[in-house]
Amino acid sequence: MSTEREIAVDYLARVEGEGAMYLKLRGEEVLDLKFKIFEPPRFFEAFLRGRKFSEAPDITARICGICPIAYQTSACNAMESAAGIHLTGGLRALRRLIYCGEWIESHALHVYFLHAPDFLGYDNAIQMATDFPEQVQMGLRLKKLGNQIMALVGGREIHPINIRVGGFYRVPTRKELESLVPDLEWALEAAVATASWVSGFPFPDFERDYEFVALRHPDEYAIHEGRIVSNRGLDIGVDEWADHFEESQVPWSNALHARRKDGGSYHLGPMARYSLNSGLLTPAAKQAAKAAGLGPTCTNPFRSIVVRAVEIAFACEEALRLINGYRQPETPFLAVEPRDVIGHGASEAPRGTLYHRYGVDSEGLITEAHIVPPTSQNQLSIEDDLRAYVVGRTQLSDSQLQWELEQAIRCYDPCISCATHFLDLTVERE
Amino acid sequence: MKRIVIGVGNPTRGDDAAGLEVARRVRSIETHQARNGSYELIDVWEGADEVIIVDAAKSGAPPGTIHRFETDHEPLPHGVLATSTHSVGVIEAIEMARSLGRLPERVVVYGIEVSNLTPGVGLSDEVEEAVNEVVMEIDRA
Repeated sequence: MSTEREIAVDYLARVEGEGAMYLKLRGEEVLDLKFKIFEPPRFFEAFLRGRKFSEAPDITARICGICPIAYQTSACNAMESAAGIHLTGGLRALRRLIYCGEWIESHALHVYFLHAPDFLGYDNAIQMATDFPEQVQMGLRLKKLGNQIMALVGGREIHPINIRVGGFYRVPTRKELESLVPDLEWALEAAVATASWVSGFPFPDFERDYEFVALRHPDEYAIHEGRIVSNRGLDIGVDEWADHFEESQVPWSNALHARRKDGGSYHLGPMARYSLNSGLLTPAAKQAAKAAGLGPTCTNPFRSIVVRAVEIAFACEEALRLINGYRQPETPFLAVEPRDVIGHGASEAPRGTLYHRYGVDSEGLITEAHIVPPTSQNQLSIEDDLRAYVVGRTQLSDSQLQWELEQAIRCYDPCISCATHFLDLTVERE
Repeated sequence: MKRIVIGVGNPTRGDDAAGLEVARRVRSIETHQARNGSYELIDVWEGADEVIIVDAAKSGAPPGTIHRFETDHEPLPHGVLATSTHSVGVIEAIEMARSLGRLPERVVVYGIEVSNLTPGVGLSDEVEEAVNEVVMEIDRA
């Protein structure tokens, strides 16, 4: 009889927040596998009840210091769609521009500091910097540029304060935005070079037949709005989310697990966006993807680092396009007054689709809030990946298998702090 | 010789603001206030010959205790400074700069031992006293 082995990582490194992994094997057979999220729940949905609808962007921004724009945008989208308002022109361009800044900042952090060390055999980016100083400097400068865009449009880079339902408190002048152009031109080249650099990393031979889910927009690579689509035929309005997805609680995670209503896991994030929308990338990003050996889709999660680099190039190119076409709006915001209504909003956080739903009463107060972050939706897909990855690799030593499985988790750039915002905590005792 | 003081902390978490308060009160040299100890600090001290970093510390010592380290003399002990919620703290920024050859010639780190980190504004008495002492020490040098 085969012996049983247990592989446990008590504290995952290079992820945002507190997570763990547990695997139990008997010979080739996986007896138990868990991606555990033990970061305490944060109850944001309860904080929101009774607050004014206009406070949702600022309160939910506090869920994450890495992707506050995603929270602010999904919250604004929900309130605006509830009131039948849709941003156009300069206001729409600014909302998309600040989101490009967040993609650049968050992706640069992950590509250079959290993910690249896996492929180059370092425990962390500090060790890697000794041997790859040029690349690490490039990563620092890209991240800084992303922060600068967020600070210029949003007032500051972490938890920006200039975003409001209906637009902004103050809109920048064209001249202010043009100050970003030289750095963005440098960044576009740097991102293209990054895609080329990471495409040469050694990737494990591993692919899975994912259901990819992301927003899609008819005219552009979707970031801040669109319909929810999948590579298996899903094509729904954001307000239909709950008809097609459901959440449930599992004892080993403080973040709700989400699945398709027909039962399966699905995959959100750069690889899903790329696989669904690569035809809508900007020219230099398309070229970078091709040069990096990506086809129209990507199903090897380890290669998500290449897709992230391509998305940095896209975000830089798109930011340049938006600045070039920018005309300062006459008013910084549109009046939005949702009353007695349910509002739905979604946007593409760097890690994947972030869905919000709010109920608003006749006074404009929030009666219910429902926030579904990408990392909680990716939990099942992460566990499915781990289970599939183990097959054929059980001969690896415990330490090697553990190292490779940790890497498989990091492919998702999981943000555990985001995932544990939820409302109810059930404690089971025997 | 260019010297700069960087205070690190969260202004709305009680004693965690200790470093920010030092940076606010120092009069003799250039100061900078940082909400967290991330890699962006490397750009802040660019061009300085000496950087003095003041952060909250949580090592178990009595509140108000002042820890002082000089990085050229000793490696910074992990687990003394109160870490950022997003894992990159002052120590990581210093070690990253060391790897990249972007560390000023002299680096002094003050850790002020905290007691109260609950949400809200205001320092506890022991930390207030320690902040004043560190300010005097920096202004005197």
